[in-house]
Amino acid sequence: MDKLKSVIIKFKSLIGLLALCVIISIITPRFLNVNNLLNVLTQVSVNAVIAIGMSYVILTGGIDLSVGSILAITGAISAAIIVKSNNVFLAIIVAIIIGALIGGFNGIIVSKGKIQPFIVTLAAMTIFRGVTYVYTNGTPISSLGRDFTFIGNAKVLGIPFPVIITLIVFLIAYYIINETRFGRYVYALGGNEDSTRLSGINTDRIKMIVYVVSGIAAAISGVIVTSRIGSASPNAGSGYELDAIAAVVLGGTSLSGGEGSITGTIIGAMIIGVLNNGLNLMNVSPFYQSIVKGLVILLAVLIDKRNKK
Amino acid sequence: MQEKMPILEMKNISKSFPGVRALSDVNLRAFSGEVMALLGENGAGKSTLMKILSGVYKRDEGSIKIEGREVEINNIKDAQNLGISIIHQELSLLPNLTIYENLFLGNEILGGFKLNKREMIKKSEELLKSFDFTVSPKTLTKELTVGEMQMVEIIKAVSKDAKIIIMDEPTTALTEVETEKLFKIIERLKNNNVAIIYISHRMEEIFKICDKITVLRDGSFIGEEDVKGITKDKLISMMVGRKLEEQFPRIETKIGNSILKVENISWKDKIKDVSFELKEGEILGIAGLMGSGRTEVAKLIFGEYKKSSGQVFIEGKKAEINSPKDGIREGIAYLSEDRKKEGLILKLSVLENMTLSNLKKYENKVKRIDRSKELEDCKAYTKKLLIKTSSPNQLIKNLSGGNQQKVIIAKWLLTSPKVFIIDEPTRGIDVGAKKEIYQILNELKAQGKGIIMISSDMEEILGVSDRILVMHEGRITGEIERDKANQEIIMKYAVGITD
Repeated sequence: MDKLKSVIIKFKSLIGLLALCVIISIITPRFLNVNNLLNVLTQVSVNAVIAIGMSYVILTGGIDLSVGSILAITGAISAAIIVKSNNVFLAIIVAIIIGALIGGFNGIIVSKGKIQPFIVTLAAMTIFRGVTYVYTNGTPISSLGRDFTFIGNAKVLGIPFPVIITLIVFLIAYYIINETRFGRYVYALGGNEDSTRLSGINTDRIKMIVYVVSGIAAAISGVIVTSRIGSASPNAGSGYELDAIAAVVLGGTSLSGGEGSITGTIIGAMIIGVLNNGLNLMNVSPFYQSIVKGLVILLAVLIDKRNKK
Repeated sequence: MQEKMPILEMKNISKSFPGVRALSDVNLRAFSGEVMALLGENGAGKSTLMKILSGVYKRDEGSIKIEGREVEINNIKDAQNLGISIIHQELSLLPNLTIYENLFLGNEILGGFKLNKREMIKKSEELLKSFDFTVSPKTLTKELTVGEMQMVEIIKAVSKDAKIIIMDEPTTALTEVETEKLFKIIERLKNNNVAIIYISHRMEEIFKICDKITVLRDGSFIGEEDVKGITKDKLISMMVGRKLEEQFPRIETKIGNSILKVENISWKDKIKDVSFELKEGEILGIAGLMGSGRTEVAKLIFGEYKKSSGQVFIEGKKAEINSPKDGIREGIAYLSEDRKKEGLILKLSVLENMTLSNLKKYENKVKRIDRSKELEDCKAYTKKLLIKTSSPNQLIKNLSGGNQQKVIIAKWLLTSPKVFIIDEPTRGIDVGAKKEIYQILNELKAQGKGIIMISSDMEEILGVSDRILVMHEGRITGEIERDKANQEIIMKYAVGITD
């Protein structure tokens, strides 16, 4: 019995996701078909990539509210590059560098300035949303060529390209967090900063890097969103930070840091995606969808808390 | 002449905690208009006794009489109603409130439903004035110096008609001028017929302002004396009295070359001009009372704190140490006195804790951690140090204190240090595991490592060290060779008496 219980606790997020799928497929037959499922995965990919970056930050005990704004500015810059030169490679590289720089900005102020991550990234969120408005003059940048829109819309072997990108990002993030020294330090830092520093680890550097990772992840999402829609909106990505945080928490990662997993985050993002899709298929009004989503998050965290006691 | 009646009489007080008898048959009296000093080493039971008096703990046995009448003190409120007030070492004022708000906290003057601020400010002004304390009552408490905060706290106690005021090491954080001010206030309280119980480690203060002393040792009552007619030596022997038992496994090793040399290190106003040398195969004990600066010295050598001035040499070469990372690179290991806060990562496993400082060693070419190599080392040290754990993947928080400490020792051994600084090596560890820790220290000594052991446990200091340094208020006040060391000498240096 105990063994069964520990297995259930270990895979609780996955069990939750499967249960959700079963319930939705009973209610609506339109859920369980290949096209719809691929559609769900594509929709999940943007949030999943952001949430993977967010997991790194949250595992250290921090938080990154600026990801939505990073998505918007990197999307706008990549779109502008496409309009000017149609150089897809350049657009992607510049977007990622900008994302990394903004993340670095957050990281330096959090670690060296010793200011709470919530405040720092809240400020960054506001600043870079403003920068995006200034840069785009408040209007979307559109008519992006086919070479670029390929990223968000093409399929390879029947699998949507954003899903493939997400899978690659996941595998890299998984390897780093589970198999490398840096990954171990992330968990250690989130568990106890003083002990980690006294173990001879440069904790400021680790903090700085996790925000860079989060910035890069948001930039990748920025490219996906922009190419998928074929246009960069200055309002893109607003509120995405909350979806990402929700995915991380649903995946069983503790907001106080030191506990959780990237796999959990992916499952958390899928739970949100499946729920959105299911509610849409059931023709639930978006007003009610928001209520249901909020309740599901609360319920999941309550169950998690009970199990830990 | 008949002795006057004590306002407070605690008689045959006993108190046990699970596994420890903290107090047995302790007596304490206090007299109106007098200062009673309560003395004893760290852990003698002073705090426990004061917590019983102020209603934090409940006594198991014994009686408490106030003004000759037997009383029950079940909680802090009871103590307050009986006129007992305690001024803590850590001040309990709310820093973001003003002085008058603190003074009237819980006893606010109301005008109808709203606070009568004007009245409270007026009364506060009068109170402050009566203590020659010229600060506006509207000042935020956090803007005051520690001395001023203490003053506010004392005024608060007096304003509540305290008849007995307990002061727990009140001068630790005060400057000399502030201390003088405090003494004046104490004189004034005496004239107002308040009884004061005064806890302090500083001999000069005791002789200056106290009328009587009560000494506790190992939770027992040793005696009550008049300050007139007692000598410092007598006092110290009352405090440390017991004979040292032979319970420390000791080995003799050949003491080798200098491995660590510390030259004139200072830090803020806490550490002043500390110099000493450590040799291979030597255990150097650092004794001193709490707050004497021992841990700070360790953290300065290790690089956790940045030295204001001074130098550190490792094997004769000057070492640039500005962070723990540098400290480890130079071959220094530091085991904190506070395992949970500064040693362990409770959410990680035994293995992950053990290899944390040395992870680089397990990296392969593609920067992947080689888990089988990690596991090999973990198993080897688990066996070598007799660590009891169900598996290397067990969360470290599930281990006992002794086994946690051994995991941390293993973690540092893995970094192959030359200098081992261990702060309170056996704090919170049961007797059996203590001996095993001493054996590990001896083994390191035999391997020619240099060990600095900071300890507040007298027996441990005397039983384990080859040489002992004693600190007092950020300075080294004495150095004693093992064969000349005894508790009296250490205590003398620890309270700041130099030859």
